[in-house]
Amino acid sequence: MIINVPDTTATGIHMALVEARHNIGVASSMVFTMIVIADGRHYDRALKACEDAGREHPSRIILVTNGDADGDHVDAEIRLGEEVPGEIISLRFHGQLTEHRASVVLALLLPDSPVVAWWPGSAPAKPGQDPLGKLAARRITDAMGSSRPLAAIERRARNYSPGDTDLTWTRLTPWRALLASALDSYPAKITGASVEAGPNNAASMLLAAWLEDRLKVQVESSEGGKGIGITNVTLHTSKGDIVIAREDGRMATFSAPGLPRRQVALRRRDIDALITEELRRLDVDDIFASAMRVLVERCERRDAEKATNA
Amino acid sequence: MLFGVTGDLARKKLMPAVYDLANRGLLPPGFGLIGFARRDWDGEDFAKIVHDSVKERARTPFREEVWKQLLEGIRFVSGTFDSDESFLLLKETLKELDESQGTGGNHAFYLSIPPKAFDQVVSMLSKHGLAKRDTKDAWSRVVIEKPFGHDLASAIELERRVSSVFHSQSVFRIDHYLGKETVQNMLALRFANQLFEPIWNRNYIDHVQITMAEDIGIGGRAGYYDGVGAARDVIQNHLLQLLALTAMEEPTSFDAEQLRAEKKKVLAAARPPRDIAAHTARGQYLGGWAGGQLVKGYLEEDGIDPKSQTETYAAIRVDIDNRRWAGVPFYLRSAKRMPRRVTEVALNLRPAPHLPFSHTDTEALGSNALVMRIQPDEGITLRFGAKVPATLMEIRDVTMDFAYGTSFAESSPEAYERLILDVLLGDPPLFPQHEEVELAWKILDPILDFWAELDTQPEGYQSGSWGPPCGKAMLARDGFVWRRP
Repeated sequence: MIINVPDTTATGIHMALVEARHNIGVASSMVFTMIVIADGRHYDRALKACEDAGREHPSRIILVTNGDADGDHVDAEIRLGEEVPGEIISLRFHGQLTEHRASVVLALLLPDSPVVAWWPGSAPAKPGQDPLGKLAARRITDAMGSSRPLAAIERRARNYSPGDTDLTWTRLTPWRALLASALDSYPAKITGASVEAGPNNAASMLLAAWLEDRLKVQVESSEGGKGIGITNVTLHTSKGDIVIAREDGRMATFSAPGLPRRQVALRRRDIDALITEELRRLDVDDIFASAMRVLVERCERRDAEKATNA
Repeated sequence: MLFGVTGDLARKKLMPAVYDLANRGLLPPGFGLIGFARRDWDGEDFAKIVHDSVKERARTPFREEVWKQLLEGIRFVSGTFDSDESFLLLKETLKELDESQGTGGNHAFYLSIPPKAFDQVVSMLSKHGLAKRDTKDAWSRVVIEKPFGHDLASAIELERRVSSVFHSQSVFRIDHYLGKETVQNMLALRFANQLFEPIWNRNYIDHVQITMAEDIGIGGRAGYYDGVGAARDVIQNHLLQLLALTAMEEPTSFDAEQLRAEKKKVLAAARPPRDIAAHTARGQYLGGWAGGQLVKGYLEEDGIDPKSQTETYAAIRVDIDNRRWAGVPFYLRSAKRMPRRVTEVALNLRPAPHLPFSHTDTEALGSNALVMRIQPDEGITLRFGAKVPATLMEIRDVTMDFAYGTSFAESSPEAYERLILDVLLGDPPLFPQHEEVELAWKILDPILDFWAELDTQPEGYQSGSWGPPCGKAMLARDGFVWRRP
């Protein structure tokens, strides 16, 4: 069921929702509210990702976009019923209201349950201080959705506030799992590491920071990889290297000294899977926070080197 | 007899409710109505205004013939509250209607008028012999609306005036926020179930939050609201009644008498905080964007003194000194210009004594809660922790919702329909009597006096937000946070 509520207020939207719930007669068992702040370009993809995420986590999804420059009003479209798990409320803000979006969204948050904000495309410099970001306990950004991913992940790290997370981190989950299990099957003292990726890959920066944070060793990172995403991670030990190499973005080979070479599925995942995974935990991600701290340190070291070279 | 028939309430609620009752055939055959208003209009104009608002607001389909038939028993009288002539005319009309409709001399007076006019009207009614004490053959009832006075002394005075004319069981004090249906729902939940009673005490309940939030400002009611404020307007009557219904012991029966006895007992055990500065908060809404609209601040509203210290947000802590509730704070808050309209009673349970999980597993877990949603969307919400489906052990809050509107196809009768019917049937069990009103003032008076002595401006809060920082600080002092209702 799709209900259109043009030129309305928070109260108007709320009344339409209550009435719709009564008509359909479903008990609401939504577990959180997700605010999705999309620009027109990412709208459809974000909507689809929301629907998928909603299947695992029935939630109220509030999709926020900006419309025309004039005529101060907000249009709403409510979707609920069988085909959509939970509720999806699309809000299109016009005119001056684009500066006061939180005033409408605040009234639509589910009672007493967590709030997550997600920027699929470009995100504010400090999500934790954004009016919509402030409503949320978790703020999900995606450095890879911005036009300059490396600069974006660095800015996120510098402006990190507890509750922030970036889908770049979620993309790394299989890599991190694989690296951790590699050390389980080949326990050895690591003396150094290197990460190689295709150009403009924010995830590789973060992976290098994570490795440095966890292993307390120097981690080289290079952009020279032939392929997409992260192409190679090497951990140096005194007996030789543990290598995970992936060139096609699907299958990786794992090799370690004295162990047979193995093929491992290491697919690049799409946004739907990432957001669904990210929503499984709503508490502050301490490991991520720590990795972001190291990322800032690494950037500062790089800047200092540049300054001495110049 | 309806005083203030052209007022907002009469047009929007009372007259449509009368029509709905007539349409459903629930009005007694001898029903007649006299609308009295101060406007200088003749009967035709009145009829037109009331017709239009009934047609717009009635919940049952509007049928001209039902209205026509109803209109035969309706008279409109215009005049002033201080003129003997008007009341003589009223008496004349009443007599004519008694004869034509055969009311049998049973009269109900609904005073939908500002409190300052109560006195005048009551004394005029008695002076001209319109209202008299109930006799064996005929009754005479009066309906008054909140606020019942503005402090304990004035409430006692009001009671003295009213009881000099009417029997105490013939006085119906209406809280139009708290329909009879809601009260009965609360009683059914508490006393028809085995599930909740064992936890309904200090052993399991941590604290209770009772909230009534309105998304609107004061609208056109500046004259009424300024100088009254959120505490007198809502906490004194509505929220303290909800507190009484939540905290009282089980009545021995659902007789009016027994129910009131329990409410009185718990209200008598309730007291304001000892440190009023630390455990109360007040605020005033500021102009800005709220819910997608640009709205005025309280001090900029038409008809409000720009230096007014009237609070539009009031939050107080109430403690109940009895075995069941000692040490469980009850937090009551009421405010205008909140993000949405909601009334609820939330019982927050103590945390589990021991969690055999790692800290990160339960980081997203709050405390269990039982929430009685009063309006809109009346129902019950139960909040508890559940494991998130996945290989990780992650525990998170989930809610279980019950809504009267979806679980029963029958829609709840409108509060005013029940009300009018109860007045006609003489069935006042759930309306507070003067002792309850006075006990409520005893709780509130010290707080109001304290605020008045401060002689400062209430803290400003952004329209469309959940209130001023001092409200949050007040709970933080006790280690709690307000729920987002």
